[in-house]
Amino acid sequence: MKTDSAFLELEDSPRVAVWFDGAELELPEGANLAAALLAAGVGVFRHTPVSSEPRGPFCMMGACFDCLVEIDGIVRQACMTEVVEGLRVSRPHGTGGEHEAE
Amino acid sequence: MKRSDLVIIGAGPAGMAAATTAAEHGLSVTLLDEQSRPGGQIYRDVDRAVEKRGGILGPDFGHGRTLTRALRESAVEHVTGAVVWSIEDGFRISYTKGGRAAQVAADRILLATGALERPMPVPGWTLPGVMTAGAAQILLKQSGVIARRAVLVGSGPLLYLIAAQMVRAGTPPLALVETQSRADLRRAARHAGGALRGWPYLAKGLKLMAEIARARVPRFTGATDIAIEGAGRAETVSFRSGGKSRRLVCDTVLLHHGVVPNTQAARSIGVAHRWNATQAAFSPVVDRWGITGVEGVYIAGDGAGIGGAEVAEVAGRLASLQIAAEAGRLSEAERDRLAAPLFRKKARDMAIRPFLDAAFPPATEALLPEDKTIICRCEEVTAGDIRRYAQMGSLGPNQTKAFGRPGMGPCQGRYCGLTVTAILSEANGQTPDETGYFRIRPPLKPVTLGELAAMETPQQDAAE
Amino acid sequence: MEADYAIIGGGVVGLSVAWGLLKRDHRVIVLDGDDGSFRASRGNFGLVWVQSKGMNQPCYARWSQESAAIWAEFAEELGNNTGREVPLEQKGGYDLHFSEETLEATVEKYEVLKEQLGGNYPYEVLGHNALRKEEPHIGPTVVGAILHYQDGHANPLKLLRALADDVRRMGGQVLTGKTVTEVGKPDGFRVQCSDGTTVEAANVVLSAGLGAAELGPKLGFKAPVRPQRGQVLITEKLPKMINRPSLIARQVDEGGIQIGATNEEVGFDDRVTQPGLSGLAAQAIAAYPALGRAQLVRSWAALRVLSPDGLPIYQESRDMPGCYLVTCHSGITLAAAHARYLPDWLERTDAAPDLEVFSEDRFSVS
Repeated sequence: MKTDSAFLELEDSPRVAVWFDGAELELPEGANLAAALLAAGVGVFRHTPVSSEPRGPFCMMGACFDCLVEIDGIVRQACMTEVVEGLRVSRPHGTGGEHEAE
Repeated sequence: MKRSDLVIIGAGPAGMAAATTAAEHGLSVTLLDEQSRPGGQIYRDVDRAVEKRGGILGPDFGHGRTLTRALRESAVEHVTGAVVWSIEDGFRISYTKGGRAAQVAADRILLATGALERPMPVPGWTLPGVMTAGAAQILLKQSGVIARRAVLVGSGPLLYLIAAQMVRAGTPPLALVETQSRADLRRAARHAGGALRGWPYLAKGLKLMAEIARARVPRFTGATDIAIEGAGRAETVSFRSGGKSRRLVCDTVLLHHGVVPNTQAARSIGVAHRWNATQAAFSPVVDRWGITGVEGVYIAGDGAGIGGAEVAEVAGRLASLQIAAEAGRLSEAERDRLAAPLFRKKARDMAIRPFLDAAFPPATEALLPEDKTIICRCEEVTAGDIRRYAQMGSLGPNQTKAFGRPGMGPCQGRYCGLTVTAILSEANGQTPDETGYFRIRPPLKPVTLGELAAMETPQQDAAE
Repeated sequence: MEADYAIIGGGVVGLSVAWGLLKRDHRVIVLDGDDGSFRASRGNFGLVWVQSKGMNQPCYARWSQESAAIWAEFAEELGNNTGREVPLEQKGGYDLHFSEETLEATVEKYEVLKEQLGGNYPYEVLGHNALRKEEPHIGPTVVGAILHYQDGHANPLKLLRALADDVRRMGGQVLTGKTVTEVGKPDGFRVQCSDGTTVEAANVVLSAGLGAAELGPKLGFKAPVRPQRGQVLITEKLPKMINRPSLIARQVDEGGIQIGATNEEVGFDDRVTQPGLSGLAAQAIAAYPALGRAQLVRSWAALRVLSPDGLPIYQESRDMPGCYLVTCHSGITLAAAHARYLPDWLERTDAAPDLEVFSEDRFSVS
């Protein structure tokens, strides 16, 4: 798990295993997925289909659609998703890979 | 399909207050909200957050618990995790919950969809690590997550609130970069009368500023030429302030220059909107009860014009008193008796607004960004593109959308609509009302084709 | 006289004609509506399509073929002139079938048309397995498809933008926000707008889409056009998954899957409906099951401009010679023909196409 996060978690809570783009992360159960990923050091959630530029969460309220991730083959807003045990999350439609900026 | 006397969309202060008030007067109420717990954005996750970090978030936030408690104790059917994507005549409201589409019918609907951050397109605002100040607040409220090395950029009271909360959490921001100037404050002084009536509000603001000062957070005012740079993520903010160019190194940039009504749902059903020059935003045309020009549609809270949480709560109650009266559950005399103190409170709470609007105007350079700045985050359209489409005869946002795709992405123009209208208005020498706005259509939020198709098969309760 | 031609209507039809006239050095003024006007040019499906057109009127099939045949060079010229590509793909298109009966019945009709066209109707029938090789995502209930090699699709919005750009570049005047109220003919034509604007021109082309229904009779036309609603869906941008377009779905150059379209007689109501969206979604998923997981990002409805028999109308006014009605449902397919060939018809050159079959005479009550 990455420790160089730009974000600090004020409290600790029970964690579960979640996969993000093949890497296993321990995230707080029931947490907001976008918040939990940010705290775990994930800054780039996807690359845009227009220019492949990196993006991460912007509004945290389900309005901007910049925190899109893919779960079970469906592209969803991470900020509108809760962390559950065994969640498999990836960058939408394989927009990670060689464009990886992290 | 289930039918309710009243369907309310949004469980923030306006929606919660309206729902409990309407239920008290005997209406069957369905409250649809996207979040898993009530509160809206201002009281996001208030029940859990107050327990864990009420000290950081402050007493105003804790007030939200009175609303969630009343909601729990009411007969309101609160549908959580419900993302509304279509409202049709009748009314038929379609929403997604847990990956399945569902519908509810209503005699009347009350939109309590609140506010959005005013888009603040500055160079680099699409980089990871750049968020709205509201997003930082939501991270703190709901998740107890806070940016370690953040610079706050823009103008408005929310900047001071989030800065003070960060100070209390032991992680003060690196700096406040404020776009408002002394001249703005001088202009605001003209509204001192209103400010005095809104004294409690002002006193709170001064207390926040004292907290920020004690933590020695540097403040830069009158900032211009703001740009965020970094390789693949935000690393620096540069700007000019006090005649000097500055560059601050940071991990997170939090942007804010006010909030604007979230008008998507109202526009999708044809509610008329007018430009509000004081608030520099479009607001739906509503009367003092929240009645719109579309029969059976009401709007309360920030979605009807920015007033803040307390005004929203009062407006929600007023709308429901009117709705109850129209539905024959309340005499007009009784309605007026109950409404009188609410109107008085609303007037008191609104008194501070002219002062705030004048003291913290939006950052001009983000209202009319330079050509190279991306203004549509989804389709990556620049301000210069919009100006070119104006030269090609685009009188309004819809021809512009056809020419260059601004507003066609999943956010449906939420974070570029006002900018497109502003740039076109300037380029064509027209008013924002003449220029108009994007035509908003379903889906208000994306919905999978699978969910849509599943509605095609006749539903069991169709015969009801 | 300010102009040789005043063109009423600045959609794809009007701008295509304007562009063709400007290329021949005519002075052209286009009068366009406002941001909220009904605009089929902003809402159409974007096909450059031949198959199924003119089943009862081979001339219409031929006219569509002629336009499709020159579309590529038309798009290329616009792209070169404006510096921005007008995406076009013409590698065939499908008519997808979910039953052997409908497939066979359609093939029978195509054979009749093919003979009427002297054999120029290049299509083949693909069974499910053959289709699957071409379209790996095709669904199991699709029994087969008619692949017509003259079909294709374009980006209609980039066409609109290129025309708007190039018409101005060539010196055409485009007046926006105009509603034409009267057209008089003291000597040349005087076109009057609701805001007081007046334009004088030697000729007038009425290409105002549904607006022709109201304005046409004042100019001596029958103009029997009516709106027909088509709802259209578009998904999030997806990796390439559909090879060739069909009337059910196509993948646009930006990546989204566009899904169409309803045919509804509901007057001037251009709203989308949940049942409309659901029906289209179900059909698209039947054709391409993987679409079930795709997010619908936008939907819209546009109003088709339909004549009673669905064919275009090209008519010179008998009351006002020099005034022409140009209207059609397939403004995208026919854009190239309108740009290249209609000026000959308007100018009565030797190269003028024979458009007699598209005159309003066919609507006469005999």
